[in-house]
Amino acid sequence: MGWVRELVSPQSRQWEELYRNRWQHDKVVRSTHGVNCTGGCSWNVYVKDGIVTWEMQATDYPLLDAELPPYEPRGCQRGISFSWYLYSPIRVKYPYARGALLDLWRAAKAEHGDPVAAWASIVGDPDRRRRYQQARGKGGFRRFSWDEALEIIAASTLHTIKQHGPDRVIGFSPIPAMSMLSYAGGSRFLQLLGGVVMSFYDWYCDLPPASPEVWGEQTDVAESADWYNSKYIVAMGSNVAMTRTPDAHFLSEARCDGSKLVVFSPDFSQVAKHADWWVPVNAGQDGAFWMAANHVILKEFHADRPTPYFIDYVKRYTDSPFLVVLDQDGEAYTPGRMLRASQIAAFADAEHADAKFLVWDETARALKMPQGTLGFRWQKVKGQWNLDLKDGADGASIDPALTLLDDHDEVAPVTFREFAFDRDVTRGVPARRVETQDGPALVVTIYDLLMAQFGVGRGLAGDYPQSYDDEDAPYTPAWQERFTDIDRATVIQFAREWATTAEQTEGQCSIIIGAGINHWYHNNLLYRAAIAGLMLTGCVGRNGGGLNHYVGQEKLAPMAAWLPVAMALDWAKPPRLQNSPSFHYVHSDQWRYEGDFTDLQPGSAPGHPLAQGHTMDMQRRAVRLGWLPFFPQFDRSSLDVVRDAEAAGARTPDAVKAWIVEQLQSGDLRFAVDDPDAPQNWPRVWFIWRGNALMSSAKGHEYFLKHYLGTHTNTIADDVSGGEPGPEGKLDLVVDINFRMDTSALYSDIVLPTATWYEKNDLNSTDLHSYIHPLAEVVPPCWESRSDWDIFKAFARAISDMAPGVFAGPVRDVVAVPLQHDTPAELAQPAIKDWAAGECDPVPGKTMPNFVVVERDYAALYDRFVALGPGIRQDGLSVHGINWGVADLYDDLAQRRPASTRNGTRYPSLADAKDAADAILYLAPETNGESAYRAFKVEEEKVGLPLADLAEGTRGVRIAFDDLTRQPRRVLTSPAWTGIVNDGRAYSAYCLNVERLVPWRTLTGRQHFYLDHEGYIAFGEHLPTYKPKIDPAAHGDLIKTQADEGAIMLNYLTPHGKWQIHTTYSDNLRMRTLSRGIEPFWMNPDDAAQVGIADNDWVEVYNDHGVVVTRAIVTARIPRGLCLIYHGTERTLSVPKSPRRGNRRAGGHNSLTRTRLKPSLMLGGYGQFTYAFNYWGPTGVNRDTFVLVRKLDGEPRW
Amino acid sequence: MKIQAQVSMVFHLDKCIGCHTCSVACKNIWTDREGAEYMWWNNVETKPGTGYPTQWEDQEQYKGGWEKKSGKLNLKMNGRLGALGNIFFNPRLPSMDDYYEPWTYEYNTLTNAPEGDDQPTARPISMVTGEPIDIQAGPNWDDDLSGSEVYAANDPNLEGMSDEDRRMMFEIERLVFFYLPRICNHCLNAGCAAACPSGAIYKRGEDGIVLVNQDKCRGWRMCVTGCPYKKVYYNWSTGKSEKCILCYPRLETGQAPACFHSCVGRIRYLGVLLYDADRIDEAVAVEDADLVEAQRAIIQDPFDPAVIAAAKANGVPDAMIDAAQKSPVYKFVKEWGLALPLHPEFRTLPMLFYVPPMLPIQALVTEHGVGQAHDESGAAPFFAALEQARLPLRYMARLFSAGNEDEVAAVYRKLIAVRVYRRAQNTTGALDDEARAALDGAGLTAEVAQAIFELTAKPTFDKRFVVPPLAREVNIESMVDPFTHKTEAGFGFRRDAKRGG
Repeated sequence: MGWVRELVSPQSRQWEELYRNRWQHDKVVRSTHGVNCTGGCSWNVYVKDGIVTWEMQATDYPLLDAELPPYEPRGCQRGISFSWYLYSPIRVKYPYARGALLDLWRAAKAEHGDPVAAWASIVGDPDRRRRYQQARGKGGFRRFSWDEALEIIAASTLHTIKQHGPDRVIGFSPIPAMSMLSYAGGSRFLQLLGGVVMSFYDWYCDLPPASPEVWGEQTDVAESADWYNSKYIVAMGSNVAMTRTPDAHFLSEARCDGSKLVVFSPDFSQVAKHADWWVPVNAGQDGAFWMAANHVILKEFHADRPTPYFIDYVKRYTDSPFLVVLDQDGEAYTPGRMLRASQIAAFADAEHADAKFLVWDETARALKMPQGTLGFRWQKVKGQWNLDLKDGADGASIDPALTLLDDHDEVAPVTFREFAFDRDVTRGVPARRVETQDGPALVVTIYDLLMAQFGVGRGLAGDYPQSYDDEDAPYTPAWQERFTDIDRATVIQFAREWATTAEQTEGQCSIIIGAGINHWYHNNLLYRAAIAGLMLTGCVGRNGGGLNHYVGQEKLAPMAAWLPVAMALDWAKPPRLQNSPSFHYVHSDQWRYEGDFTDLQPGSAPGHPLAQGHTMDMQRRAVRLGWLPFFPQFDRSSLDVVRDAEAAGARTPDAVKAWIVEQLQSGDLRFAVDDPDAPQNWPRVWFIWRGNALMSSAKGHEYFLKHYLGTHTNTIADDVSGGEPGPEGKLDLVVDINFRMDTSALYSDIVLPTATWYEKNDLNSTDLHSYIHPLAEVVPPCWESRSDWDIFKAFARAISDMAPGVFAGPVRDVVAVPLQHDTPAELAQPAIKDWAAGECDPVPGKTMPNFVVVERDYAALYDRFVALGPGIRQDGLSVHGINWGVADLYDDLAQRRPASTRNGTRYPSLADAKDAADAILYLAPETNGESAYRAFKVEEEKVGLPLADLAEGTRGVRIAFDDLTRQPRRVLTSPAWTGIVNDGRAYSAYCLNVERLVPWRTLTGRQHFYLDHEGYIAFGEHLPTYKPKIDPAAHGDLIKTQADEGAIMLNYLTPHGKWQIHTTYSDNLRMRTLSRGIEPFWMNPDDAAQVGIADNDWVEVYNDHGVVVTRAIVTARIPRGLCLIYHGTERTLSVPKSPRRGNRRAGGHNSLTRTRLKPSLMLGGYGQFTYAFNYWGPTGVNRDTFVLVRKLDGEPRW
Repeated sequence: MKIQAQVSMVFHLDKCIGCHTCSVACKNIWTDREGAEYMWWNNVETKPGTGYPTQWEDQEQYKGGWEKKSGKLNLKMNGRLGALGNIFFNPRLPSMDDYYEPWTYEYNTLTNAPEGDDQPTARPISMVTGEPIDIQAGPNWDDDLSGSEVYAANDPNLEGMSDEDRRMMFEIERLVFFYLPRICNHCLNAGCAAACPSGAIYKRGEDGIVLVNQDKCRGWRMCVTGCPYKKVYYNWSTGKSEKCILCYPRLETGQAPACFHSCVGRIRYLGVLLYDADRIDEAVAVEDADLVEAQRAIIQDPFDPAVIAAAKANGVPDAMIDAAQKSPVYKFVKEWGLALPLHPEFRTLPMLFYVPPMLPIQALVTEHGVGQAHDESGAAPFFAALEQARLPLRYMARLFSAGNEDEVAAVYRKLIAVRVYRRAQNTTGALDDEARAALDGAGLTAEVAQAIFELTAKPTFDKRFVVPPLAREVNIESMVDPFTHKTEAGFGFRRDAKRGG
């Protein structure tokens, strides 16, 4: 062939060395990225000449099973661009302080000598304080030394503890799973101090409240390999191809294997590209679609043709056979509380009879008390907390009736609230009469209530729909059209395909769900509608089934061993753990800008006393009644409270507790939440690390700037609280620990350089796969950076050194703790009673928070930080209400591993993050087979069924840090989780419950359709239901901001983007080059044309909260009425000024949001509705926001 | 018969998620330096869309590749004037506007800005001028757009499509896009090599990799025009052209190229094809509609004794033949006929092949809202039928078969049949009538369908990338004793030290 020259001779090709030389490198080290992306990918990092040059994915994951596609490679476009950061000009290389503060500090130090006195002189002087607060975010950083930084931090911390109390020192760092020790360094430091560790999963709106509601579980999901086992997959609100990049291949591979992929998404998203069927449901209306799909499933696969697999499943594994007492309401009834053993004479003597629930036995035609309900969990006799269908009183087998259709005393007219049209429908439900301790009552099964709620008539009287085409009857396929814009035939066909596949495969249908659903105000209802579809078809607890919620990298695999290290439980407990949504709503004064919640969150009946008022009042009640935590606790230092109690003669912890109750009752002591704006109740010192707390997650960012920082803000919203204006600049000091100059760094007082993910040793795990990974020190921390662990260790040392001048010795503190999930406190409040209103006695730990006295020894802070304390040896490990001993393992660590000796005792050393990692791995059931075996033994006893066999074969496994650096290792099956991974099986949630009959940690021990809580009934959310989307006027984003010509109002969505993980990578030149050089504003061409916007034009996006100035992307991919700014915009990069807000610098994506908490999610004190950190409470929703957009006037100004 | 070996590639577009990890893997290692900022040896395009450089497929504009005129094959760039006539002036080069002006940001401002009355921000600045820049283009400007009148509508492949087809594509409810990752095709009839006046571009004998010799390149840039895929780039700093090298330093050490290794959608396959070099002339001379088949025809069966003998006679090592027999590329391209060349009408015989993406079921607007398309019987099928394709087959045929719709349709029938077959296995555990009919219609046996499924859904790293041994010891031996090389490599003494001067 004449055209193209072929060259064989190597001599003529010697130049080829050029590219070979570039490829050559000196070292390859395994690490990963700690970035809350859920990837948890194993990477090889290449070093040449001592410089990190690039990274490539490690592909040596042990194969799970030859029948599954392998996990390789893992790692995306963002991860592979990380090496850019190490030496980039945005890297924080040295400690920096705000110049204005540094000048004040040096002057005060010169004047006072004593650093604590110097700090007091600055923050005690309103003018000086104002001086540096107003400079926040406006440049003027000055490089300073680590020594000076540590001195300021120690002085300010000690001053705050002394002056205001330790719970005015707060810390925020998200997602420990992404770098467990880096998180733990800070949280350990804070807890030893008595400071407050703030939650993230709920604040990030990653927590799906429906999960605790239905399953009593924070979240548990399948690893991505299990998608491949699914034969029908729905992706809703989750853009898998874009946001689960390393896992997306399992979807296309499952499709090749004959699975069908259905995508619900209002826009043609990246995952819609892979769909067999794209269903463009209107944004936020997926719940209406599922309600109608469930109507079809119940009608065709339950009522008309009871599908044996489905019927058996719901009977065993859901609450559907349990009985509910009907409450008389005029001529009709409403569903009330579940029938409990205490109400029936035959069972009333059972221990915890209030928390044992009853069914109707089909064969015996009698009431029965199935095992496995909450009362059995906490009773003295062990072994009855299981899902074996036996009566707890006599051990006889039971056959619960799902329906009373063929065995009822009467058909009761029951009313159901339809929120879509704000009306009631009354439908006949078959009921039995039972004799209770309080007289006769009508009871129905939850299954029959479901049939009625979903409108499946089965020949019963009442307002049942006539057919699928009945547009006015909830919840028919025709009914949903007006909300979803999806054809009824689509719903019907979808429901049939779904249920048929579930029947054929026994539960191998799954839902991948994400932030696109979870970020709506009514997300729990959207979720429960979909979960109902899974439960009705037996698709939970099956490989290939399940609700696979992937929002945030929450799964910290070795949780049981990590927790005591991270929260310093080895030295003192309880820890101070705060739910951040409540904290920020209250302290950043966002509550001041809204009225009553009734329009947002309607109750089951107009004027229901529990379902009206202001969210702030619900928040106060939640704290008072022990439903939620709140810090600061009291309007006085918690150290002073103990001192005063002791001065008043309280000699014991119980006496201190009693004194506090007395003081609270008299009003001499108040909860800080009752007056959060009083200066004594402000948070004062804030440590931020591993997160962008002031921007990326800061719903209501502009209110943060105003009320926390006291610097310029672009909000124009009116304070409608009616009182004095809220204080500005509550925080004395903000310290940001960072490797890049992000928005939080830019607005902090002190910025400390931290090691990047390639410069430290750490651990990483995720729910998307079942391996545990290391982060490794590929190169030493660059410039003056240090690892987070070492930074907090240095803080601890500086405070220990300075403490003797402030505190003469150890001091006593008291910690307020809400009623805790997975403890007997779940039994505490079957009814809502307020001690402050005299409805009951104030009983700590029962009707109000508990109060626990704890010793703090500030001089010993460092010694405790670096030593694994005796608490673990004494108390063992605990998770989800089980506890097992590890004293021998602790002794092994102390004797054979690096140790620190104090007063002659050897403690396992935590001086180095790697030692800490090894200690965790050596104790955790997921990485130590012996620990797993013991934990299962304990669980076995509690459950009364064999379980330890699951750990028998791997009892000898010990995984150490150095093993992980050699190859990723798979975690072991453990009772801390609900999947079974033995023999290469893919992890799928709740298999342990379904296969081994371990109860869910709920009221009935089963999965809940029905939420038996007085408050849920009040809000009309006891059954799966539909509440309409919130309209713009009710949401109140555009009260002062009026639409004018040239502007259009759009619903503002902030999904996760392609070129960033939250804000990380959004400033990375690689990612910016592959996108538009800016985080753009996406809109529809018709909307754009209406206001004269063309592609790449500059636009101004604004509402009462703030303003964003960016460039537009105009595409038909986005439907009309919506707009997107992908979540994770920094204010640092390419942000012009805003003409509409006084030519001040425009903001980021959270400049347009304000947090609104759903008050019903503050309810608590009972069953699965009890508090745990990152498990329960309102979440930081933001999807219901509206904005105006217009073309920017003139050229952008910088 | 002159049997040659070529390291060849398959990209399975149904699996592509458009993440661009491949692009960054490549950039980190090869083009992250002055003069190379705008080079994306590997890029990923959203289709329909305009690509990078913009509208590169429009050869009326760029004059890349070959054209057949009165039976003779000529470089399109030489259409009116001879190659020599153009040597000092090449009007068909893409300009910076067709690529983009590389930029960075004033990141230092964030740390160094003095205290002011407002927040500092890092403005974008041009890497060319160092001045503030108004960003108007980038290497991936229309990413994920589709449905845009500005970008997707200007896709050169839409040229000549009916208004009805175009309307269909841009209605929101029928909107669609997919991704097209591109690297150098390492063509058998490479336009770049043919265009080079300096003879700097050659094809490596042992593996077919096309390289620009950086010692010999004189910067004429004829290769930039000659390559219809616009995969040769001019380095404005060194004054020489550069292109994808298929990571030969990695291949030579038994590793997949960086973009293959890093492909997280697991869409890529690499392996050896044996082809008959004597039949290249014949393969590039056929009518457009026959180009795919002609290219397939010169790819030879590595198990055929005659082919093996001819290969050996031509000096192809046994290990290379062995690799060809294990090649996943051979299966996709030749055995199963699932992978097609990109724009075969450019007649360069590209050795990178694409399995076209599966197409979602069409959604329709009904009187009740958005619904699903139904077949003639009124039933909506479980999987999309070929007739319900979102994108017209015409569009796919323009990309992958020089307009021959039958070629593309045959591929789709097979892809659909494999899924129907696997669903039957998973739900009923049997080969039901529907599955049987689908297999028959696609011309597949259950065994072949199973094999396609296995290699598509579950391949391990080793199954996707079968890198042949490239006998470095033999190559080095022709210059220096490998033992000596072992002891001296890396010291930089390979070239004589110069004294004085």
